[in-house]
Amino acid sequence: MNVIQVEDPGLLTTVQDLGREGFGPIGVSPSGAADPISLRLGNRLVGNVESAAGLEMTLLGGTFLFPQGAIVALTGSDFGATLDCAAVVLGTSFEVAPRQTLRLGPTRSGARCYLCVRGGISVPRSLGSASTHILNGLGGFGGRPLREGDVLRIGSATNPFRKRTIAPQISERFSSRKVLRVTPGPQVDWFSQPSLHSFYEGSYRVGEQSNRMGLRLEGTPVAPRRAGEMITEGVSLGAVQVPAGGLPIILFVDQQTTGGYPKIANVISADLHCVGQLRPRDEIRFEQVTFEAARSLLIEQEQLLASEDSILE
Amino acid sequence: MTEDVQFQPASDQSLLLYFGQHVTLDVHLRIRKLLRLLELEPVPGIRNLHPAYCSLLVDFDALNLSHAALEAILRSYIGRLDTLAVPNSREREIPTCYGGEFGPDLNEVAALRGMTPAQVVELHASVTYVVYFLGFVPGFAYLGELPEGLATPRLMSPRRSTPPGSVGIAGNQTGIYPFATPGGWRLIGRTPLAMFRPDRKNMSFLSIGDRVRFAPISVARFSALENA
Repeated sequence: MNVIQVEDPGLLTTVQDLGREGFGPIGVSPSGAADPISLRLGNRLVGNVESAAGLEMTLLGGTFLFPQGAIVALTGSDFGATLDCAAVVLGTSFEVAPRQTLRLGPTRSGARCYLCVRGGISVPRSLGSASTHILNGLGGFGGRPLREGDVLRIGSATNPFRKRTIAPQISERFSSRKVLRVTPGPQVDWFSQPSLHSFYEGSYRVGEQSNRMGLRLEGTPVAPRRAGEMITEGVSLGAVQVPAGGLPIILFVDQQTTGGYPKIANVISADLHCVGQLRPRDEIRFEQVTFEAARSLLIEQEQLLASEDSILE
Repeated sequence: MTEDVQFQPASDQSLLLYFGQHVTLDVHLRIRKLLRLLELEPVPGIRNLHPAYCSLLVDFDALNLSHAALEAILRSYIGRLDTLAVPNSREREIPTCYGGEFGPDLNEVAALRGMTPAQVVELHASVTYVVYFLGFVPGFAYLGELPEGLATPRLMSPRRSTPPGSVGIAGNQTGIYPFATPGGWRLIGRTPLAMFRPDRKNMSFLSIGDRVRFAPISVARFSALENA
């Protein structure tokens, strides 16, 4: 059994795959990688299916010892990785020899870096997924972030090592945007024209309290003009809800499944991976697009990812 | 009867369906029937369902479905609801220790409603509630309808953390916090039951449509059940 020994977990490192779908009726949100594009690409680099489980590191990476070696790729943001002190390139698969140590540091770009390993991280599935939901203790390694001394099993795989690299046009296309495209939210008519104007013309700063459940934004408040409480209803991934104080919150992968605050907008599916790379204090803006444009962007994105030349051998 | 149903895109991959804007048992039954029908005859491309008081949020895969195509399918399903039997309801009992450290807001609720704490407990435990839906966090059941005499607004500033098992009230709803989460509902008691456990076959103790009663218990009984 090949394993990874966690010598230092970093700031917040969890096991994630592409999440669990279909448990809304019992209040369970999907979880999964905050930047699923990076996890999917990382898995392809090491010859896994796109949905295999990997490690998601946040802002500050960890230190991992591979007693039996492994085939590994790092994707997402650059955490200044080294393998036994030699720099490692992001977005390219590489071999780790037995007893080598992979060390990651503070981010040099966005919020999250993914470590994918051939065979995937092997943990018991909870509701069909390996993804960790910290608040609920679901999935992952004991339902919690990694700690020093944890020993993670690597799934068995025998496909030979091939050096694979993410094609430059893919890296370019999926580089993180700070202008998030959104469609109108279901309660957009609860907001006055001046509020909508400041929402789209102003910029917001990602608050320190942000996490995988939601990103709290600081900036010009956009108080809903209608008074009174909304009837609680289901909320979608990437919904931009506005509590009474007027400061928007982007609901994210570990989100609550229902809520009672009006939603002014919703981040389009094609830009959700960018939300996963936002750091506290990042400045962002919103740009409105139509539902049809959002759908076209998603289809185009998936076609690009599915193309043969998205990964180079 | 589909004329009172409204559809509203919530995102590029989700559609909200409203059965009006009033919380009634009739609307609740229609939502449960629609959920049941979508379980019996799943629609390819639907990824997730989020029932609530008078709405259902449907998450779908935009590579396989569009808002318009999904709306047409859902309208045809809704047209068949009247032919469907109401799914069976289970009876569930929630042993609850009221007041003291378990229900820090009991005295305030009593004062706000001009009652003694004992009267609040008696009233809260006197009726059978319906699980309208589960949401917010796993296993959190929205129970209605709270007796009129107990209706109380949320706390002005929510607690940063609410102990698991806490029984709260807000507006005309009551509910039980399965996890230590922030919460703005007024806490009147606590149950030793685990409302959500990932390692249990029925992870969530309560399901949509269950009929629920609260049974007052002593601190000693709470400890005994908690350690059972």
